[in-house]
Amino acid sequence: MSANKESWGSRVGLILAMAGNAVGLGNFLRFPVQAVQNGGGAFIIPYLVCFLVMGIPLLWIEWSMGRFGGKFGHHSTPFILDTMDKRRFWKYIGVFGVWTNIAVAAYYCYLESWTLSYMMHSILGSFNGLDQNGVAEFFNHYVDLDTSTTGIPYEPIVFFVICLLLNTWILSKGLAAGVERVAKIGMPLLILFGAFLAYKGFTVTAGEQGAINDSSVGLNFLWTPNYDQLWSPSVWLAAAGQIFFTLSVGMGTVHCYASYVRSKDDIALNAMSAGWMNEFVEVVLGGAIIIPISIGYLGIDRVTELVQLGGLGLGFKTLPYLFAQWGPALSAIAGVMWFGLLFFAGITSSLAMGTPWMGFLQDEFNWRRKSAAWSFGLIVFLLGMPTVLFFNYGVFDEYDYWAGTVSLVVFALLESILFAWVFGMDKGWREITSGADIKVPGIYKFIIKYVTPLLLLWVFVGSLVTPKGGDWGAALSGNWVLDDSSIIKKLMNSSLKQQLAAATDPAQIAQLEDTLFFVNASRILLAAVFVGIALLVYVAYKKRVREGKI
Amino acid sequence: MNTSALIIMLVTLFAVTGITIYFFWLVLKTPPKPEPDSYLFNDDDPERLEQNGNR
Repeated sequence: MSANKESWGSRVGLILAMAGNAVGLGNFLRFPVQAVQNGGGAFIIPYLVCFLVMGIPLLWIEWSMGRFGGKFGHHSTPFILDTMDKRRFWKYIGVFGVWTNIAVAAYYCYLESWTLSYMMHSILGSFNGLDQNGVAEFFNHYVDLDTSTTGIPYEPIVFFVICLLLNTWILSKGLAAGVERVAKIGMPLLILFGAFLAYKGFTVTAGEQGAINDSSVGLNFLWTPNYDQLWSPSVWLAAAGQIFFTLSVGMGTVHCYASYVRSKDDIALNAMSAGWMNEFVEVVLGGAIIIPISIGYLGIDRVTELVQLGGLGLGFKTLPYLFAQWGPALSAIAGVMWFGLLFFAGITSSLAMGTPWMGFLQDEFNWRRKSAAWSFGLIVFLLGMPTVLFFNYGVFDEYDYWAGTVSLVVFALLESILFAWVFGMDKGWREITSGADIKVPGIYKFIIKYVTPLLLLWVFVGSLVTPKGGDWGAALSGNWVLDDSSIIKKLMNSSLKQQLAAATDPAQIAQLEDTLFFVNASRILLAAVFVGIALLVYVAYKKRVREGKI
Repeated sequence: MNTSALIIMLVTLFAVTGITIYFFWLVLKTPPKPEPDSYLFNDDDPERLEQNGNR
């Protein structure tokens, strides 16, 4: 008999936990950057369309798959998928739903630990008196491991371990007393902190506290529509990608959380509520902080440069400097709120990542909750240490790309086909609408069957063979040169090899050769973890056969 | 702010906030299903136990 006796405490708690799972650092760091790079205010149109025709359907698919699997006592995707079709290979597709979480947690917990450390530094006033380069260098030294910013030796490792211990301890308390309790505290605090910072974002005034622009300049920059961009497939691809990452679909966490919901209880309204809560945090709060504040103090040209480096650069290398302009007290408060907000966004997601692995061990091998939680902590520590030690050799980015990007698209594509075409749309629709507290629009039967899988296929193919510079017009007219960001070129390490061929400085050549080695090694490591989990699934399957369960 | 940016921003912010509040309000006002349901918090509620004849 399974040792898994988990249960949710309340419906609101489940929704907050599910919203917390979706709300992550990307809501604040990735969304505004994507919007700026893809047509400003016009980006919101493809973004919301993709939310309606891909995000919501995927949420309903995953909630109902999870609740369906839960009826048979399954709480992780390998055997949830296995119950939906008689062909046995689906359980190995389900491995994605465990592997992705472990691999993403490995680098995500490291990222989360930066927010803890930066909260402490905001209180200590470490950024006061530093110029913008000084704040950026502070971050570079932090991830270098070569300089301790507080006197604590190997500070990033210490914070990484603290963060992991905290995650593991909360997971060991279970769903209702651990994950749900954190969500009930973390989500309201996150919204409160976000509202304060959004207010500051909306009220930046030129000439006050060192600001060179009013907030309207930044808001214009973010929201002025560039309708020409609406016809660009790259913009739609970026919008679909953003919807994907922001909702945490294609990971296996939604299935796991929903597997603890009884079949007569609602999932349709729950999914809508959690999904829209994530959109609120992303669009309303996420869009009002980083860009308006940065442009207010640095100007459009500088922020356009910084945006090319991504949201992490703005969040950790720039904002602490800007907060310092508000005076010691307010800068400490703003720093604690900004990094506290990122910490709560992070921890509610990383806790969700622990639950599929724990559910798998509890269901299949009768592990107790505590042992399962600590095993997750140990694996994430072992898999995460390379991202800490070899951050500057691309290991962190490699985990993010394969586990946090490609894997999500692949798994979501396959699960949408399983749900709509193999399990069957009629049965699937019954699962979605069973116990529903809202009337699910009938059009979604068509969207889930045709539009969502096709859109996902397009996202996958578009990422696999992205044309150079995103020029789809040239590609479709016969001149299809692959961009270095395409999956195929990434797999071939084309960009790194080009840099290596062009390098003349021996130190730079040595650095690039090391990077190439660590990039390939991290791929082998990730592949080995996937194979290891697949073997465990095989062992669990054989055990079930022996016990007469199959 | 320029007019088009202001319109897009306000429409988006109000729409997203309104829909979020609407669905959350629906969750809050919908009465729970009879026991046994998926949630622990009301398991010991005497009224619900009585309704379901679990006493």
